[in-house]
This record gives sequence, structure tokens and C-alpha cells, in this order.
Amino acid sequence: MLSPTPRPHLIVIGNGMAGCRAVEEILERDASRFRITIFGAEPRVNYNRIMLSPLLAGEKSFEDIIINGQEWYDDHGINLVAGDPVVAIDRASKTVTSRSGRVESYDKLILATGSDPFIIPVPGNDLQGVISFRDMDDVGSMLRAASGGGDAVVIGGGLLGLEAAHGLSLRGMKVTVIHLMNTLMERQLDEAAGWLLKTELEKRGQQILTTADTAEIYGEGKVEGVRLKDGREIPASIVVMAVGIRPNVKLARDAGLAIGRGIHVDDHLVTSDADILSVGECVEHSGQVYGLVAPIWDMCRSLADGLVAEPSGYTGSVTSTKLKVSGIDVFSAGDFSGGDGCEDIVMRDASRGVYKRVIVKEDKVVGAVLYGDTADGNWYFDLLKKQEDVSEIRDALIFGQAFASGGGAGASPFDAVAAMADEAEICGCNGVSKGKVVACIKGGAHDLDAVRSGCKASASCGQCTGLVENLLALTLGDEFAGERQVKPMCKCTSFTHEDVRKAIVEKELKSIPAVMQAQHWTTPDGCASCRPALNYYLLCAWPGEAVDDQQSRFTNERMHANIQKDGTYSVVPRMWGGVTTPNELRAIADAADKYGARMVKVTGGQRLDLFGIKKEDLPAIWADLNAAGMVSGHAYGKALRTVKTCVGSEWCRFGTQDSTGLGIKTEQMTWGSWMPHKFKIAVSGCPRNCAEATIKDFGVICVDSGYELLVGGNGGIHLRGTDLLCKVATEEEALLYCAAFIQLYREEARYLDRTAPWIERVGMDYVKSRIVEDAEGRKALAERFAYSQSIYQIDPWAKRAAGEDAKLHQHLAEVRPFAGVAA
Amino acid sequence: MNGEWLDIGPLDQLPAMGARTLPVRGGDEIAIFRTANGQVYALVNKCPHKQGPLSQGIVHDTSVTCPLHNWRISLVSGKALGEDEGCVPTIPVKVDGGRMFLKRDAVMASVREAA
Ligand code: SRM
Ligand SMILES: Cc1cc2nc3c(=O)[nH]c(=O)nc-3n(C[C@H](O)[C@H](O)[C@H](O)COP(=O)(O)OP(=O)(O)OC[C@H]3O[C@@H](n4cnc5c(N)ncnc54)[C@H](O)[C@@H]3O)c2cc1C
Ligand code: SF4
Ligand code: FES
Repeated sequence: MLSPTPRPHLIVIGNGMAGCRAVEEILERDASRFRITIFGAEPRVNYNRIMLSPLLAGEKSFEDIIINGQEWYDDHGINLVAGDPVVAIDRASKTVTSRSGRVESYDKLILATGSDPFIIPVPGNDLQGVISFRDMDDVGSMLRAASGGGDAVVIGGGLLGLEAAHGLSLRGMKVTVIHLMNTLMERQLDEAAGWLLKTELEKRGQQILTTADTAEIYGEGKVEGVRLKDGREIPASIVVMAVGIRPNVKLARDAGLAIGRGIHVDDHLVTSDADILSVGECVEHSGQVYGLVAPIWDMCRSLADGLVAEPSGYTGSVTSTKLKVSGIDVFSAGDFSGGDGCEDIVMRDASRGVYKRVIVKEDKVVGAVLYGDTADGNWYFDLLKKQEDVSEIRDALIFGQAFASGGGAGASPFDAVAAMADEAEICGCNGVSKGKVVACIKGGAHDLDAVRSGCKASASCGQCTGLVENLLALTLGDEFAGERQVKPMCKCTSFTHEDVRKAIVEKELKSIPAVMQAQHWTTPDGCASCRPALNYYLLCAWPGEAVDDQQSRFTNERMHANIQKDGTYSVVPRMWGGVTTPNELRAIADAADKYGARMVKVTGGQRLDLFGIKKEDLPAIWADLNAAGMVSGHAYGKALRTVKTCVGSEWCRFGTQDSTGLGIKTEQMTWGSWMPHKFKIAVSGCPRNCAEATIKDFGVICVDSGYELLVGGNGGIHLRGTDLLCKVATEEEALLYCAAFIQLYREEARYLDRTAPWIERVGMDYVKSRIVEDAEGRKALAERFAYSQSIYQIDPWAKRAAGEDAKLHQHLAEVRPFAGVAA
Repeated sequence: MNGEWLDIGPLDQLPAMGARTLPVRGGDEIAIFRTANGQVYALVNKCPHKQGPLSQGIVHDTSVTCPLHNWRISLVSGKALGEDEGCVPTIPVKVDGGRMFLKRDAVMASVREAA
């Protein structure tokens, strides 16, 4: 085998994926050019690192994952120095020195040292039992730990961390994944797919903690658990650190080669020294470093071309990712961050647990995220890499390759639908064929809603809405108006507010991503119109269970104050029933002085408003007002605003009942509750109606014989007087009917509908049937309201004043240009 | 830290789908946003419509809806989206080692103009 003439000596440092692949590529082009020595830090032959995950999971053995066994080295006369890492390179004498003291001189040198796992700098990160996930030895340590069962913590919810977690949990450990970001694999997946993944992993028994930041790893001599910054403690006998990797550039740096994040290489993988090349995860090419094997294969080809054949030149790689967890199909490629000119095409199929999103820019696919059904991943990836023009198949793109090319040359969705056989199923949920839908349309169903009620197609999950609409257009031609009678919530979904509210209750959906998945949102994370609505619907349906999403609230509700045109805020403390005391007035006056309120105004809601308060000062002014016994007036919220009262029988010569007292009781019962829109109440002591109860959402007019209850008034843009709900005899009844009415409105009105338009839509008869005629139902509504209030009737100011969400009020940092620092 | 980029603090100080502010003495305040996917963007904190504080808007996808009159502004280009027209300056951001950095000359742009 060996040729007698002395050949140049090629030394490869790193017996991993890149190093050995580079050698294979060189041998393929010219088997006899070099005498080859490979140094490997690991005491074993070349194996497939990406298969460490199935190895850990018990799906493969080490023999299965060897790429090149000892005979490969022998056959090619390669000298493998395994278990003896190189510790220095001397570029002047062109030699390398290994840890055991071995010195070898080279003509050409390839650095393929890969990456080092990144270890987060927290106390306890060096305890026994803290393991990274990079090589065979790490897998050995994990398997030893797992053999005793017990608890494991994996820090990092990326590809590597989740594969480690999967493996350990298959090996019988109870696994908790701690992830800093709010979605898993956030660099590969968008929020929607990340949420699906999380839900699936939780179903499999893993505990997934997102937005969880590790404070320390504790234990006496060895790991006993992890403490998070929020104080939570998770017991564990091992901690797997999988938060990321850093290119291993130590040798290169010591040898004085040019480095950035990785070792700088040109298009032929040559470093700043013409005799030293570098390849794999340790390199930086055109500003990019890679952590996947596909780019490495590309690099190795270019390296070999440049070194022993026709230089071809490496031009960078586009990557795609798959998660290797059995039974969970996840695919992502390209750029899914969106941005200008990018168009998202989203398809969700809740019954199959599928989420697909393809991002198109200037008629080209630039990214794709697939969950649940990844069959078309490679097709999208191919379109992306080839930068193919997809304008022709744009409308059918999301349905996948088979569908998009099924319609023949034109491949418009109409063609595709037209080409379908009559027996072909359109609606999977209700098993409706194309023939049946067409018959239904021909039978007189000329819009989507008519089809939905006529033959049930698209009446359940709604995923086939597009197909049904195409069939309508195809069957009716110009007669098809296209427009639906019922308006969907917003452009992100084809469902109405009512559809969505119903689904939240029936399908027990308890988070925004859950609703978006189940109801086939066509955008990745909704819009400024649907997010606040969904947040409210969830809080209303699942009090205490749904988590309030601050980022889905308008600024006023997030800041608990009203934003002004100059970006400052106004602050309105509650003044029960419009009644105040000298002490409260003094505290308000002091606060106005202390925080420089530029105006103090009596509002139309019978209380005082302090204008011009700075965002940073809000917690402090609230603390001062709290100290004087005042709470938030919710002047900013889709919530109970004010209860206006008049002086009533206490003082007024016409007063029939204690309207002030009833107003205060009503306000104390209802304050703090979130509503579809703002809600205003007034109680007048007689029909002269000084509190303007006849233009309130709920009004009371006291009369000698009791209380007239009025609903649906609005003094706003469209003036509407109230309708009489009924008359009751006692204060207790007035309060009960008020609670029941509010709850009915809370449960059934569309977000951003005041009571007036809601009643216009459902009719007073309906409202009376629920509140007046149905005594049981009335009681149940009032009880649900009381339960919700037991959770939400809290002063948000007090929580903020005590330090909650302090970040919302503080600047991140300040730039002082001339000092030149950011503090 | 080299002079080209300003270190403005750790990434975990920025809530996902939220924003925080960075006042610049003698210049325009900057709003730093983080999207659901974890990308970080920075804009001058002034809506092109009537100077609304964009940092207080709702962040969705790669845009923010202004809290004052609901204009939608691209976090990537600073341009108003949809029917509306207008543009607010963007500031290049990079995230490295869990910290956020802003391009110094873009941060200082408004200061120099004023000076
Ligand atoms: C402060 C106050 C005016 C005043 O100086 O008196 C006021 C101020 C605002 N009103 Fe009002 N309304 C105020 C009493 C009213 C009243 C009178 C009342 O409540 O008896 C009405 C008519 C009655 C009604 O609501 O039916 C009223 C009908 C509106 C409307 C129209 C609502 C509608 O259904 O058409 C809006 C617009 C909206 O909510 O979308 C509005 C919106 C606003 C906003 C929130 C505008 C905004 O979005 O920024 C103003 C906030 C100013 C601020 O920063 O504080 N305000 N607003 C009053 C605060 C009352 C309180 O103590 O909480
Ligand atoms: C568990 C796991 C799962 C993965 N799954 C996937 C996947 O599904 N898809 C994908 O594309 N990628 C995956 N990857 C990433 C992929 O394995 C790497 O991108 C690839 O291995 C990088 O190849 P490399 O040769 O640059 O580095 P490595 O394969 O790490 O090889 C570098 C070698 O150099 C040795 N070395 C370092 N310094 C010295 C020295 N001074 N002297 C001698 N030897 C030295 C190291 O010991 C190591 O053996 C996975 C990685 C891991 C750890
Ligand atoms: S009437 Fe118009 S201007 Fe006056 S406070 Fe109400 S919303 Fe503002
Ligand atoms: S100031 Fe932003 S929309 Fe008007």
C-alpha cells in the first residue's frame, strides 16, 4: 500500500465528523497524495456524533454508530493517534506536540477540533453530576446516572437538550427541562410550534419550565438540585448542561491564527496560514459558524477540491433542522423571523396536531416551520435552496408537494379542486365528499354559512374552509359573492368571536397558543386585535386557571394607567360612589405635588384624575395613594369603571332610597372585574336621575316601592338610552341582578362591544329570559361572577407598588453620550 | 467591548413579546423589542404618526402596534405597514453571549443632529 517515495505529511487534529470526512474526500480525489496522521482527543475511532441521541435513548449501540472502524485507518495507511490530544502547534517549525509529548512535523495541517459545550457561569457548575452532552464519555456518565433512576434536570430546551431529556426519560429518569426563553427551540421554531412541542413533551411526562433562569446548582460535593432565580428548587441527581456550544479555537488562538467567533477560513477552508486548513464547527466562514453536519459536508468537499483537485470554493450553507425524538415530527429551515415583504402562509389542523408555516418573500420560499407533518419538509427546503419562483403554486403551496403539483401546469387552487374526484373527501371532521358539497351548493347554499348548515362541511374545525370557498366559486361562478355574512374575529382566523368563545369552553382551551392551534389561526402569533380578545376570553372562561398574558394587553391595562398623547400617564384612584374624605383629598393633593401632576381634573365619572405622571413614577405614586387607603380606579381598563351616584335619601328632599349607599355597595361588589369593554354603573335616588343612570351599562333608578333596573345605556359615540330590565323590591335583589347581568355580558358579548351594541344584537327579550325569568340561571350567573371576583378583585396598583413587574416601569439602561457609557 | 457596539445589558431583562426603553441624553429615546421568537430589534421610540411611544405597543410577529392610534410599525425596517406611511429610524442590534449590543453611531445619530 505505502509508496516508497516520501509523500508530504498531512496532520489532522480532530478525529470527529469533519476531520474524518475531510480525509475521506481527500482520499477519494487522490488516495496517494499524503501520508496522513489523525490526532483524536477521544480514545476511540470515528463515530457519528449525531447518533449519540439514539444511543442514549437505547435505540442504537456504539457499534451501530461507528462511521470508520480501525480497518479504514489501516487500509489507507492512516496513523490514528487516539486519546492523545494535540496541545500546541509551532508554525515556525511546522510541528505539533501532543499531550504525551509526541512531536510530529507537518506539510499541511487541518484543524477540525469541533466545539466545546458552553457551561453557564453559575455556582455549582463544577459539582460532580454536572454533565454536558457532546461525546461518548458524556453518554456513559448519563447512562450510569440513569441506571439508578431518580431525577434529572436538563438545562437548555434546544435540539440537544430535548434529545438528552428524551433519552433520559426513556431510560427511566424523571426529567425536568429548564429553558431560559419562553418557547422551546426558539431558534428553530416559532411560538406556535414551540408550544405544540412543549405540550407533547409534557404529555410524555417531562416537566418543561420555560422562561426559567438558573441561579445555582446546589449540593454537597455532588449535585442535589437546581435553584432558579425565582426561588424554585428542582431536585436532581444529574444536571445535563445543553445550553449551546462554542467553537474550539484554543489551539488556533495560541498559534496566532486569525480568529473571530471561530477560526477564520477563506472559501477553500484555508486559515490565515497557507499551510493550515480548518473545517467543521470550529471555523467561521463569511461571518457564519455552523452547528450542524450538512454544512460540514459542503465544507469538506470544498476543502478537498482546493487541496488536491480543482478549487471549487465554499459559499456558505442554508440549514434545516429535525428533532430526533421518536414520534415527534419537527422540521424547520431558513429564516422564519418574518419582516418586511415576508408573507406567512399558515395551516393548522388541530385534529391531527399539525402546524405548518411557510414564509414567502418576493415569490420565493425563505423559511418553513413544520410540526406534526414534516413530509414536505424536504420539498420546501429544496424550493428554498434553489430559490425557485413559487408564484404559480403560491395558493396551493401550504398543502404540500402532492397537492401543489396535482393540479397540473396551472396548479391554481381552483384547478386542484376541480381535478378532485366527486368522492374525494373535503371535510375530514364530518366526512363530507366533494360531490356532497357541490350538491349542497347547487341545492341553494350560496355562501359558506349556508354550506356549513346544509351539509356540515367546514362546520367543525374549519380547516377546509378554503376548499369549500373554492368549490363555491367554482360551482357558482360570478354568482358567488365571496363575502361571508358573519364576520370573523380578525384576519387571523375564519371563526367568529362566538365560535372561538364556544371552542374555548368546549375544548377546554386554556392558553392563547392552544386557541390558535385549535382554531386554525393563519398567523403565527396573532395580531393586536385578536390577542387582547383571546386573553380576555380565557380569563373569563377559566378564572384562576388561565394565565393573564401581559403582552396581549393594551398598554393602559399593562401599565394600569391611561397613556396620554405625550407618552406620560394619568392616574385615577377609585372614589367609591363619588364620595371622598378630607384625608383622601389631602393624599391626592400631596401626590399631585410630589409627582408633578400638571393638571388635576374632576372627571365625568365623579372622581379625580392626575395628569402627566411619568411611567417610572407610577409604582411610587400608587404606593402613596395605597397608603391613604385608595385603590386603582381602573379608568384605563376594559373593566368596571365608575359607579356614579347622587346624594339620595340621605340629604336630598326628593330622595326615595339610599342611592349613594347602594352605589358604593355596587362598586365594592364589581370593581376589579375584567369585561369585554368598559362598564359603567349609576344609581339615581329618584326619577330626576341626577346620576344619569339612563345612559349607563347598568343603571338603577330608585323609586318609593323599590328599584328600577336599567341596562344597555351608552352616552358615547352612539347615544342610547337604557332599556328597563325589571323592577325589584330590595337592595339585595338589585345587587344580585346586577351581578348576573354583568356575568352574562362577560360570558357572551364580543370583546370591545359595550352592552348597548350587544343588547341590540341579542335583543332585550333574550336578556330578560336569562336574568328575569330564569331564577336558577340568574343565581348561577351571579355565583360565577362572585367566583371570578374572588380571584380578580385585587388592586393591581398594590402589587406593582410592592415591586411586581418592576421592569415594565424602568428603563433598561441610559446612554450618556459624552461619558460614553451605558449604565 | 469594542467601541462600535454599546453593551446595553443582559437579554433576560427584555420580556418576550415586549419592549423596554433606553433614554439617550440629548437625543431620542430608543425602544428595544423582543419578538415571540426571541429576535431583538431597536427603534427610535417615536411613532411616525404622532410620536406615540412604540415601546408601549403590542408586539406581534415582527411588528408593533402603536398604543396611540394603532399604526402598525415594522420592527425590521421601521416603516409603517398597511395603508399608513411613515418611517422611524432603526438601530442595529446584536446579541452575543446573552447580552444585547446596539450600534453606537445609530444610537448617537439624534445626538449629533442636535449638537
Ligand atoms: C377622564 C374622562 C373625561 C373627563 O375628564 O371627565 C374620560 C377620558 C377618556 N375617555 Fe371617556 N372619559 C370620561 C368619562 C366618559 C363618559 C362619562 C361617564 O362615564 O359618565 C363617557 C360617556 C358615557 C359612556 O361611556 O357611555 C365617555 C365616553 C367615552 C368613549 C365612548 C364610549 C362609547 O361607548 O362610545 C370613549 C372611547 C372608547 O372607550 O373607545 C372614551 C375614551 C376616553 C379615553 C380613555 C380616551 C383614550 O382612549 O385615551 C380618555 C382617557 C383620558 C385619560 O387619559 O384619562 N370615553 N367617557 C372621564 C373619566 C371618567 C372616569 O372617572 O373614569
Ligand atoms: C448529541 C448530539 C446530537 C446531534 N444531532 C445532530 C443532528 O441531528 N443533525 C446535525 O446536523 N447535527 C447534529 N449534531 C451536531 C453535529 O454532531 C456536529 O455539528 C458535528 O459533529 C461537528 O463536527 P466537527 O468535526 O466539527 O466536531 P466533532 O464531531 O465534535 O469533532 C471534533 C473532534 O475533535 C476532537 N478534538 C478537539 N480538540 C482536539 C485536540 N486538541 N486534539 C485532538 N483532538 C481534538 C474532539 O475530541 C472531537 O472528537 C449533534 C451533536 C450532538 C452532540
Ligand atoms: S371626549 Fe374625547 S377628548 Fe375628551 S377625554 Fe373623552 S376621548 Fe378625550
Ligand atoms: S402616534 Fe402612533 S399611531 Fe398615532
